[in-house]
Amino acid sequence: MSDDRPRIISRRDILRRAGLAGAAAVAAPAAALGAAAAPATTEPALQAQSPAAPPREAFENLTATEAELLEAIVERLVPSDQHGPGAREARAAHYIDRALGGALASSRPAYASGLAALDRYATSSRGKRFLDLPATDQDSVLIDVETGAATGFAGSSAQFFGLLLNHTRQGMFGDPYYGGNAAFVGWDLLGYPGIRTMVTPADQKALEAHELKPNHKSAYDYETFNKATAQHDLHTHEDLAHGD
Amino acid sequence: MATRLKDTDVVIIGLGAAGGVAALPLAQAGIEVIGLEAGGAMTRRDFAPDELRNNVRNWPMLASQKTKQEAPTFRATAAQQAVQGGHPMMNAIGGTSLHYWAQHWRLNPWDFKVASETKRRYGASRIPKGSTVEDWPFGYEELEPYYDKIEYEVGVSGQAGNINGALDPKGNPFEGPRKRAYPMPPLRWTAFHEKMAAAAKQLGWHPFPGPAAINSRSYQNRSGCMYHGFCNTGGCHVDAKNSTAVTTIPRAQATGHFKAVTGAIVTSIEVDTRGRTNGVTYVSNGEEFFQPAKVVLLAGFAYENSRLLLLSKSKAFPNGLSNNHGQVGKHYFSHHQGAPVTALFPFDIGAWYGLPAQGVAIDDFADDNFDHSSHDFIGGANLWAMSDRRPITAAGMNTFGLAPSWGSQWKAFIKVNADRSHSSYIQKTTLPYEENYLDLDPVVKDPLGRPVTRITGEFKDNERKLAAFSQDKMEEWYRAAGATAVVRGPVGGAMGASTHAYGGTRMGDNAETNVVNRWGLSHEVPNLGVLGGSVMGTSGAHNPTHTVQALAWRTAEHIVKNWKAIAT
Repeated sequence: MSDDRPRIISRRDILRRAGLAGAAAVAAPAAALGAAAAPATTEPALQAQSPAAPPREAFENLTATEAELLEAIVERLVPSDQHGPGAREARAAHYIDRALGGALASSRPAYASGLAALDRYATSSRGKRFLDLPATDQDSVLIDVETGAATGFAGSSAQFFGLLLNHTRQGMFGDPYYGGNAAFVGWDLLGYPGIRTMVTPADQKALEAHELKPNHKSAYDYETFNKATAQHDLHTHEDLAHGD
Repeated sequence: MATRLKDTDVVIIGLGAAGGVAALPLAQAGIEVIGLEAGGAMTRRDFAPDELRNNVRNWPMLASQKTKQEAPTFRATAAQQAVQGGHPMMNAIGGTSLHYWAQHWRLNPWDFKVASETKRRYGASRIPKGSTVEDWPFGYEELEPYYDKIEYEVGVSGQAGNINGALDPKGNPFEGPRKRAYPMPPLRWTAFHEKMAAAAKQLGWHPFPGPAAINSRSYQNRSGCMYHGFCNTGGCHVDAKNSTAVTTIPRAQATGHFKAVTGAIVTSIEVDTRGRTNGVTYVSNGEEFFQPAKVVLLAGFAYENSRLLLLSKSKAFPNGLSNNHGQVGKHYFSHHQGAPVTALFPFDIGAWYGLPAQGVAIDDFADDNFDHSSHDFIGGANLWAMSDRRPITAAGMNTFGLAPSWGSQWKAFIKVNADRSHSSYIQKTTLPYEENYLDLDPVVKDPLGRPVTRITGEFKDNERKLAAFSQDKMEEWYRAAGATAVVRGPVGGAMGASTHAYGGTRMGDNAETNVVNRWGLSHEVPNLGVLGGSVMGTSGAHNPTHTVQALAWRTAEHIVKNWKAIAT
């Protein structure tokens, strides 16, 4: 993948010089979708017991400043554009925020120092805080962070960028149970027809013919499965328990 | 002071793919068996199709604390400092057979005679420098009845290629002769698999569906596969994957002669004054127990097998149990599974559903199935085109230099191409070398204060040359099937902890160079058996579990037939 980089930079540099800010122009309509971003389901009964979180505007672990900055970053990583909603609409920042109090807790310090460093770098190199920059400048800041060229980070800025990108993808394309991929926008973008517990030969043929209807369900909308968490507890069966 | 428990005939350490199989023939013979398992028990309800948990956050390790806390350290060479990595294995009833891919290959006849066949055909100079490879103490024919036994007892689907010498062009023409067909037909193929098979035939190769310990139709009162796409590092929600947790273990329990104990971490294999083992010590919920037994079977996977022997020191065995010849931990290697090839096709592949054990195999370049006179390596590779795609992984696909990895251009790329890439799985012959071994880490310890396993190992010239050759073949195959872009992963590197780990307690007639004899029993401790890939001296170009289970059944059957001689 690292072989791709010089090409990416040059292409983006060209875009930047040409002043193309396509994504920003179409962000507004998609933002409206964010307000109705609860996981969609056609069955009200399922929705009532869905383990996926209801929309929560308050962040649980990030500070308001951090959250606002993270929202702006994920919006650039997966922008809302003519190809559909992006990471903001998927609530990727909310996914990250919640996970930072759980499975991703070890990354909390990296977010605190990385987000602060990113904003300082934006100010020192582009004259404005990240949030106040136009989208093209935001992208150029992110390219610096991606390539390790950004200064003022605890380690290499590239490492922080890798973390951000991975977690943003998790929040965009992971199971909505964890608070991201709202309204299944991530899965729809990829053309992933969703979680099924059975895929018949006819289903496979329909998939190959692009005729398989997307199935908008979390794994945990299926009652078949225990509502497992990442810190999965093993339960011990009585007949298998420690004995004599 | 450990609480002494009631005597039993056999204690098995670890109830995974190997130990879970050995329990059955012993219990069926009326021998009293206790299985000690460090993990807990899971059911199909625990196996949610959740990519974030299963694949991204490494569910097997999260779900079993022992492997997490005892992950081996690794380094490429003895000159380096070893660092602790992750652990791909799971502790639970059924062990890693709960979440493995379940490709269930027999080794080919050549794999048992790598040293002698290489010398015969190409000369002794073709054995790579520094390799400690030996022939197995027996040939394929000896193991055939046990392969057959596992295929029917555990349940394996597949297409036979050679029944008693009669070749079937639908199967693998290079497999050793088998006495009968698989009990189930192979898993189905998708349109993409058909396309890959047609491309292979066009190249003059011999494509066939691979074997899997997964029900292609209902078998033994369990469901056929549902192809839902979460088999990779996930358990089966309909019990169609034939882990020992749903096959041999419940049948052993039904005999009334087998009892599984969960949450039991074995800390030492004990010996009496005669140098025979008399049981094991284990810790459960902070309490120490001694489980006396007439025979001990060690089935804790390669890293724990060597480790537990090295930790079990006594007057008779000051350097670790069964290690008076200094062979424990030696001849270690892991399969060189790296060096993948990834291709981009100009059409959707339809890989969102299915499983990694479903696909098209090519054995034309495996083992010694082709003339190596003009090559500078020995051994070969199995090429495998499977189905395996999930959304987070798909979003992380290689962009083949056609797009950046984020932003609008990336989004446009991924929207079109998410279902258009395919990554190969190339299983390659890997050899043991003097410089690659397992021992105890001098620094890193588990919470009980015991050193973890340290891996010292790297893939050598033979592995790297073979990998490059197999990448050429894979690219040729992809291009023939219409791929428009192909990228290759790096070749070689350090051997981190692997699900395909071999050696450390190698099997062979010579006690100077092997830990266990041809029956899997220790050369030094006559009532101690070792089960698992750790007894295998060669890997072949195929996944190890079938061979591990065939050997486990064979060792258990040998103990049954010779019970008095071995147990007393």
